[in-house]
Amino acid sequence: MTYEFLQQYWWFIVSLLGGILVFLMFVQGANTLIFRLGKDEEERSLIINSTGRKWEFTFTTLVTFGGAFFASFPLFYSTSFGGAYWVWMLILVSFVLQAVAYEFQSKPGNLLGRNAYRRFLVFNGVFGPLLLGTAVGTFFHGAAFTVSKDAMGAFGANPVISQWANAWHGLDAVANPWNVILGIAILFLARVLGALYLLNNIDDAGLRPKLRRQLLIDTLPFLLCFVAFLVHLLIADGFAVSETGEIYVEPYKYLNNLLEMPVVLCLLLLGVVLVLCGTGMTLCRANFHRGIWFSGLGTVLTVLSLLLTVGYNHTAYYPSTADLQSSLTLANSCSSHFTLTAMSWVSLIIPFVLAYIIYAWRMIDKKSLTKQELSQEEHKY
Amino acid sequence: MNEMIQETLVGWSRSQFALTACYHWLFVPLTLGLAVVMAVMESIYVKTQDEFWKKAAQFWQKIFGINFAIGVATGIILEFEFGTNWSNYSWFVGDIFGAPLAIEGILAFFMEATFIAVMFFGWNKVSQRFHLASTWLTGLGATISAWWILVANTWMQHPVGMAFNPDTVRNEMVDFWAVAFQPMAITKFFHTVSSGWMTGAVFVVGVSCWYLLRGRNKRFALASIRVASVVGLVGILTVMFTGDRAGIQIAQNQPMKLAAAEGLEHGGAGAPFSIVPGIEVPKALSILATHDTEGVVPGIQDLLNGYTDNEGNVHLSADEKIRRGRQAVNAFAEYRKTVNKDSVTAIQARQTFEENQAYFGYGHIEKKEDLVPNITIVYWAFRIMIGFGCLLTLLLCLTLWFERRGTLAQKRWMQHWGVWSIPMVFLAGQAGWVVAEVGRQPWAIQDLMPVGVAVSGISASSVQVTFCLFLALFTILLIAEIRIMCKAIKNFRMED
Ligand code: HEM
Repeated sequence: MTYEFLQQYWWFIVSLLGGILVFLMFVQGANTLIFRLGKDEEERSLIINSTGRKWEFTFTTLVTFGGAFFASFPLFYSTSFGGAYWVWMLILVSFVLQAVAYEFQSKPGNLLGRNAYRRFLVFNGVFGPLLLGTAVGTFFHGAAFTVSKDAMGAFGANPVISQWANAWHGLDAVANPWNVILGIAILFLARVLGALYLLNNIDDAGLRPKLRRQLLIDTLPFLLCFVAFLVHLLIADGFAVSETGEIYVEPYKYLNNLLEMPVVLCLLLLGVVLVLCGTGMTLCRANFHRGIWFSGLGTVLTVLSLLLTVGYNHTAYYPSTADLQSSLTLANSCSSHFTLTAMSWVSLIIPFVLAYIIYAWRMIDKKSLTKQELSQEEHKY
Repeated sequence: MNEMIQETLVGWSRSQFALTACYHWLFVPLTLGLAVVMAVMESIYVKTQDEFWKKAAQFWQKIFGINFAIGVATGIILEFEFGTNWSNYSWFVGDIFGAPLAIEGILAFFMEATFIAVMFFGWNKVSQRFHLASTWLTGLGATISAWWILVANTWMQHPVGMAFNPDTVRNEMVDFWAVAFQPMAITKFFHTVSSGWMTGAVFVVGVSCWYLLRGRNKRFALASIRVASVVGLVGILTVMFTGDRAGIQIAQNQPMKLAAAEGLEHGGAGAPFSIVPGIEVPKALSILATHDTEGVVPGIQDLLNGYTDNEGNVHLSADEKIRRGRQAVNAFAEYRKTVNKDSVTAIQARQTFEENQAYFGYGHIEKKEDLVPNITIVYWAFRIMIGFGCLLTLLLCLTLWFERRGTLAQKRWMQHWGVWSIPMVFLAGQAGWVVAEVGRQPWAIQDLMPVGVAVSGISASSVQVTFCLFLALFTILLIAEIRIMCKAIKNFRMED
C-alpha cells in the first residue's frame, strides 16, 4: 500500500469516526431536553434512563476519535490539543461531568443533589456539541498556530515545536462567526437527533407529542445555520497544497473539491437528504418513529463528506492563520508509513467491533422503554 | 528568566498529570478486581442456580457501576492530556505512542461499553449464559485496556522498536511487536493488573468484615470473603513474582530508579538491601537485582561518575553523556539548517549526529544533578508498597484460613484488620506508581526526552488554573463517590 493511500485511508477512518461521533451526540441533544420536556419526575427519569443506556458509546467514540487521530496524524494531535488548550479542556470537563452524572444523580448520598447532576447532563448537552462544532469549524477557517520542527535543536531556548500565536489558546475560534455558526448548527442537529432518538426509544403517550413539537422547534434553527454554513463554504476561499507541499489560498477551493470528487458530493447530498427525510417523515406522520435511523445515517454521511472535502484533494485540513506554511496537510502531519500500515491491520477489527455492538444493542433494545418497564427494572439510573 | 518560566510550567504540568493519574488509579484497580470477584460469583450462580449467588453478584455489580463511572470520568482527561500538556512529546514519539492508545479504544473501550450495558440492563432480556459472558467480557475489556496503556507506559520507561528520523524530527516505529510485547511490558501488565485483583479482593474482604462487625448479612459476608480471598491470593502471588522480575528489569534498564528506590549512594558488588534506614540485609540487593550475591549494583554516585558493570562494560559518566548529547543537539541543528542548501555540511552534521545520537536526550539536561530523582519520595514509596503488600498477604491467608475453619465470624480483631486493609491496598498501589514515575525523573522517555522538552507551549498560569479545576472537581466527585458507596453498603440487606 502506498504512503499516500494510507494517509487517505486514515483520514477516511478519522472522518468516519467524526461522523459517528456527531450522530451519537443525540445523547447530548436529548439531555438538553431533560428539564424542558420532562415535566415530572417520571418523565425526566425516562429520558435519563433512555440516553443512559447509550452514553458510553458516545463517550467511547470521542476517546477513540482522539486516539485514532493521535496514532494517524500526531502533528494535529500535538498542535491542536496543546495549542487550543482551553477549548479542549472545556470539552473534556463537560464530558467528565456527564460521565459521573448518570450513575450518581439518583443515588442517596450523592453530595450535590439530584438536580445538580442533571444540570451537568444539560451542561454537557449544550457545550459538548457547541464547542466540538466550533472546533471543527477551524478545519475550514484556520487557527492561529505555528509549527517549527527546528525548535528541538535549540538548546536552552524554547524547544516547543507547535506554538499558539496568541494568548487565547483556542478561545479565539469564536472570533470567526462561521465557526460559531457551525457550532450552533451541530448543537441543534444534536437536539433534532435527540428528539428523534427519544421518539424511537421511549414508548410514552405523554412525551411523544412534546417531542414532536420540540423536533419542529429545533429543526428550524438547525436548517438555518447549516444551510448558511454550507453556502458560505461553497463560496469561500480554501487552503490548497501544491505538489511541492506549498500552501496557498485558492478561491472556491471547497466547491472545487466537491466538483472534483463527485462521490463525496453524492455522499453529501445523500446525507443531507436523509437527515431531512428522517425529520420530515417524523413531523408529517404521527405514528412514524424511525426517523432517527434516517437522520442518523444522514448525519454520519454529511459529516463524513464534509471532513473528506477538507482533507482530500490536496487541501490543508488544519490551516494556520498565523503562518500559512505551518498549515497541516495529510502528508505533513501523518504518522510514518510503517505505523500507518500497522494501524491499518488493526483497523480490520473495526467491523467485528461494530457487529457485536449492533448485536448487543438489539438484545437490550428490542422493545421501547416504558414507564412500566422502568418501575420494574433492577438497575436504573 | 525564560528558564524559570519553563521550570514552573514543567512543574505544574507534571503536577496536573500526577493528580489526574493518581485519581484515575484510585478507581481502575477496583474496577479490575471487582470485575473478577463479581464474575466468579455470577459463574457460581449459573452453575448452581442458587439465587443467593445472583443477589451477591448483583450487589458487587452495583458497587462496580458506581466506581466505573468515575473511573471513566477521570480516564478521558488522561487520554487527551498527552496532547494538551505534553504536545512536544506527542509529536516527538507520537508515531509510536499513539498506536497503543488507538488500539486501546478500538479493542477495549468498546468492549467494556457494550457489555457493561448488557450486564446492567440485560438481566431480564438476555439468556443467563449470554449475561454471564457479558459480565466476563466487561472485565476482559478493562483488562485489555490495561494491557495497551501499560504497553504505552512501558515504552516510556524503556523505548524500543523505533528509530529517530532527523527529517521529520521524531522517532518512528520500526518494529510493532517489539513495542507491543516487550518483556518489561508483560511484567508491568501482570504486576499492575494483579495488584488490581488484590485491590478488588481486599475491598470485598474489608466491606464483608464490616458486615460481620455489625453482625449483618453474615452468610453473604462469609461467602464474599471466601471468593475474594482466593482471588486476592492469586493476585498477591502474581504481584510478588512479577514485582521481583520488575526489580531485575529496572536494574538493567533504569538503574537510577533502582538506586533511588534503595537510597543507594555508592553501590558495587554484593550490595545490601535497605529495609528501613539503618537496617540492611547484606548482599540482598545484589540478589534481587541480578540474582547473584556478587552482582554489581551501581549507586547514584556510580551512575553519575561512571562505572564498570558485571560483564565488564564501562558506563560513561553523566558529564560525558551530557557533553555528547550537546554535540548531538548541535549537529542536529546544523543538519536542519543545511540539509536543503549545502549537502556536504549536511552529510557531515548528520554523521556527527548519528555518532552521538544515543545521548541526544542528555543534550537537553543542564547539569548532572538533574539526573537524580527525588530519593526520599521514591525510597519511602517503595517501602510502603512492599510493606503493605506483606501485611495484606498475611491478611488474605488468615481470612481464608479462619473462614475455612468456620471461626472468622468470632474473630473481631481480624474483622477490624480487614476493614483497615482497604486504605492500605489503595496506598500500596499509589505508592507503586510513585516508584515507577517519580523514579524515572527527569525523563519523560528514558534517556530520550527529559520532561522539560516534552511540554506544551502554554503558560504556567493556564496549567495552574486547570490543575486547581481538576483538583476541586475530582475531590468533590471522590467525596460523592465514597458517600454513595457507603450508603449503598449500609443499606444493603440480605438475610441468611
Ligand atoms: C510485594 C512485593 C512487591 C514488589 C517486589 C514490587 C516491585 C515493584 C517494582 C520494582 C515496581 C517498579 C516497576 C517499574 O518502575 O517499572 C513496582 C511498581 C508498581 N507496583 Fe509493586 N511490588 C510489590 C508489591 C506491590 C503491591 C502489594 C502493589 C499494590 C497493591 C503493587 C503495585 C504496584 C503498582 C501499581 C506499580 C506501578 C506500575 C508498574 O510499574 O508496574 N506492588 N512494583
